[in-house]
Amino acid sequence: MKSTAHAFKDNVGEALRDTNLQQSLSIMKVGFVERRRGAVERMPEFEALRDRARDIKNHALAHLDFYLERFEQKVLALGGHVHWAPTAEDARRIVLDLCQQANARTVAKSKSMIAEEIGLNEHLEAHGIAPIETDLGEYIIQLRQEPPSHIIAPAVHLTKDQVADTFHEHHSKLGFTRRLTERNDLVAEARHVLRQKFQQADVGITGANFLVAETGSSMLVTNEGNADLSNTLPKTHIVIASIEKVIPTLEDAATLLRVLARSATGQEWSSYTTFNTGPKRSGDPDGPQAYHVVLLDNGRSNVLGSEMQDMLRCIRCGACMNHCPVYGAIGGHAYGWVYPGPIGAVLDPQLLGLEEAGNLPNASTFCGRCESVCPVRIPLPKLMRHWREREFEHHLTPPTVRKALGLWAFLAKRPKLYRAATGIANRALALFGRAEGRYDALPLAGGWTRHRDMPAPQAGGTFHAQWKARGGATR
Amino acid sequence: MRSPTRPGTGLDVALFVTCLVDMFRPSVGFAAAKLLEDAGCRVVVPDAQTCCGQPGYNSGDRADAIAIARQVIEAFEGYDYVVVPSGSCGGMISHHYPALFADEPAMKARAEKLASRTHELTGFLVDVLGVAPTPTRCDATVTYHDSCSGLRELGVKAQPRQLLAGVEGVKLVEMTGAEICCGFGGTFCVKYPDISNAMLDDKVADIAATGAGTLLAGDLGCLLNMAGKLQREGRPVKVRHVAEVIAGMTDEPAIGEPAP
Amino acid sequence: MNAREQMLGAIRRGLRRGELAGEARAAAETRLAEHPVNIVPKRSQIPRERQIDLFEEGAKAVHATVARVASTEVASAVTDYLAANNLPAAAVMAPDPALDRYGWKDRPMLEIRRGLPVDADRVAITGAFAGVAETGTLIFTSGPDHPTSLNLLPETHVVILREDDLVGAYEEVFARLRARYGEGSMPRTVNTVTGPSRTADVEQQLELGAHGPRRMHILIVRD
Repeated sequence: MKSTAHAFKDNVGEALRDTNLQQSLSIMKVGFVERRRGAVERMPEFEALRDRARDIKNHALAHLDFYLERFEQKVLALGGHVHWAPTAEDARRIVLDLCQQANARTVAKSKSMIAEEIGLNEHLEAHGIAPIETDLGEYIIQLRQEPPSHIIAPAVHLTKDQVADTFHEHHSKLGFTRRLTERNDLVAEARHVLRQKFQQADVGITGANFLVAETGSSMLVTNEGNADLSNTLPKTHIVIASIEKVIPTLEDAATLLRVLARSATGQEWSSYTTFNTGPKRSGDPDGPQAYHVVLLDNGRSNVLGSEMQDMLRCIRCGACMNHCPVYGAIGGHAYGWVYPGPIGAVLDPQLLGLEEAGNLPNASTFCGRCESVCPVRIPLPKLMRHWREREFEHHLTPPTVRKALGLWAFLAKRPKLYRAATGIANRALALFGRAEGRYDALPLAGGWTRHRDMPAPQAGGTFHAQWKARGGATR
Repeated sequence: MRSPTRPGTGLDVALFVTCLVDMFRPSVGFAAAKLLEDAGCRVVVPDAQTCCGQPGYNSGDRADAIAIARQVIEAFEGYDYVVVPSGSCGGMISHHYPALFADEPAMKARAEKLASRTHELTGFLVDVLGVAPTPTRCDATVTYHDSCSGLRELGVKAQPRQLLAGVEGVKLVEMTGAEICCGFGGTFCVKYPDISNAMLDDKVADIAATGAGTLLAGDLGCLLNMAGKLQREGRPVKVRHVAEVIAGMTDEPAIGEPAP
Repeated sequence: MNAREQMLGAIRRGLRRGELAGEARAAAETRLAEHPVNIVPKRSQIPRERQIDLFEEGAKAVHATVARVASTEVASAVTDYLAANNLPAAAVMAPDPALDRYGWKDRPMLEIRRGLPVDADRVAITGAFAGVAETGTLIFTSGPDHPTSLNLLPETHVVILREDDLVGAYEEVFARLRARYGEGSMPRTVNTVTGPSRTADVEQQLELGAHGPRRMHILIVRD
């Protein structure tokens, strides 16, 4: 998917003017939060589970090569195949080759953020293979030719009416000519259309929530069951997963799953949590004959051992964006790429470069709500701050901001001069603002006064001046 | 002598006023000083303070943040406690200063020592001193916004409410989303004014829905932000720092209101 | 250098070491071999009868229906359920010999075919490898006696869960999987299914039957 992260500010303007989006966001930012809160209250061990989940992922990252090799060994022993893809381009090529070897015309796809990251659909389409998204949300946005706006709820930005219009437009040619108005009818129609697609598909492509080294299993979590159809019905099952998905054991999976669904949707456990291990066995009445796992690096190994390593713990639950007031204001598309919200603000500069995605880690108040709900305790504000530091070091910070900071720092490091400067500013602002108590416009403060007044200082001078005048102790 | 009403007797407390209080709302500093003195503390305002360094620290200017942190550490060493009428600046000193000196063990030790003695005002009064403030009165229906750093870095939630409960005449009506950011975020609100405004719209709607006549919080940045919006929209809500109400110093015009 | 070596090399450079060796490697090997249990939530560590209640509550909370029956009542419970839901008295059943004993022949009106589902099948009947009280979840393992597609394709899934196969927590399922399939081994597919298929992709509102079953009925069988 092509990034528009560089145009973040324009994207924001569009998002704030989009009334459909704003209506959808108003539902989203309350619903997810309340459901998670309920699930957490029902699980007294939740905080301890978060600690353990963090520790498991840290352990897996510190032994990443070992567990990947062990995972590979297990898959090979069962007659499966493992492919190593250092870059997005390598992964696209490998998947296309596998599809072509399977003489695939259509591919049933289960929602995968990695597929979005490497631009897999576009690549397959360019080579005459039709990928069909089967997660309902992904299917809707595929019909609309839009990117996902949320990592677990890709169509969360759309209203029911928009979905109804989309289905009406695309399903009419399949014989579904009535424009539907009820949600359950929309879901039933999509089920019917997609069931046929599943049965025609030559290849099923899924992502993976976890790879279990102990057993060589790839794991998938869905509520719809679409991933299970994708990995059961077609003759070939291709899993695409990034390297940091590997974890040691089934017991570790249980801990991570206990925090995943609760953090994501507030469910106790997702409806379908599936372990796939190798191709079908002799005597199995169904299941794929061929099983491939594509392991993608795409810059992740560079993050290991760096101050940014914590981002690799992410289990893609979406809680950070569900709780982010910035995401809640602008939605996912404004971020301009695959991963929106706080985790996107940390991942996207890594995967796209800071010059492209530099706005994202800046567009945060550091309110910390993301970190407070992250199931693997990723210090998201700290990581965003690291990006700002790299930006500053590399002189990518906008010149006006840099100049203002320079002046502030110059004064803040010189208390006497600072006292004189604030004294003058305080008297001027207090004097001219006295009548109204506030300003509705101020030179150099347009960013502030565009939307709100600027309260004027109280009369009587700065605190320090008054404290001294009253003879208050200063040491 | 320690007594339940003056548990701070004998303690030297340095007040970190914060740059915004110094510039915009000195009455918050005086309210903080009064509350501490009423509790028996000796209050000192070290002269070498300017700012905690957050504008630079949060903008990626680590070198200047370190220089300023060094200055604050030097100015505030040697007191029993450092008290800050702001969760944001308090969090900067008590959470982020030690991390700034990760590569400088001697400074890190000093930063950690300072961090362990630094408290947000209401947290200090309730958790450290355990004071029952001097009885005071304020007839107002209020709602309280939990500023982010105080809430999530320092655990300030119950303390201001507990102190408000001791003020005669105050009726607290909680707003929905009290823990959601108001959109201030320091330089954020001028770097991304439209996002900030959208967040502020939600906040102002939540405030208005309570019907409260007064909005309180413990951080002046958030208060200036919310006051500016409430007034731009012509909403009749008075905005004050919680310290002013607890200290019984509500004679001053509310934030953004003209002097009489 | 091939892609595999390139990636493993990059990982090791990041971790500032060579191939994992010595004590660290031994510790990781041990962790895999011993697969230590992490934190098991206390909610499922309760007396047997209450575990069954907990399972039932969990399953019902996600819109499954549950009935407790004796083994002699299974076939009649199935026919009653189908009739009550206006479903045809016909089903495709897993070719699992363990299901043979429930007296289907005494119900001549119930038409049962064993094997893979086809489009026309509206009801599937299967057993379950286990039930998990912690969340009201069912575990299905693929194999000659249990095609995975039976769990997915028909609109209604009737599951026969032996009370003895109901455990407290997931860790107990893993222990049973290892006992049945061997250490480090799994069947091709292990489905853990909690209630019928669902989606909230349209305006965050729950709808059942997105791709998999719309209805799930669980019979907990006492022997």
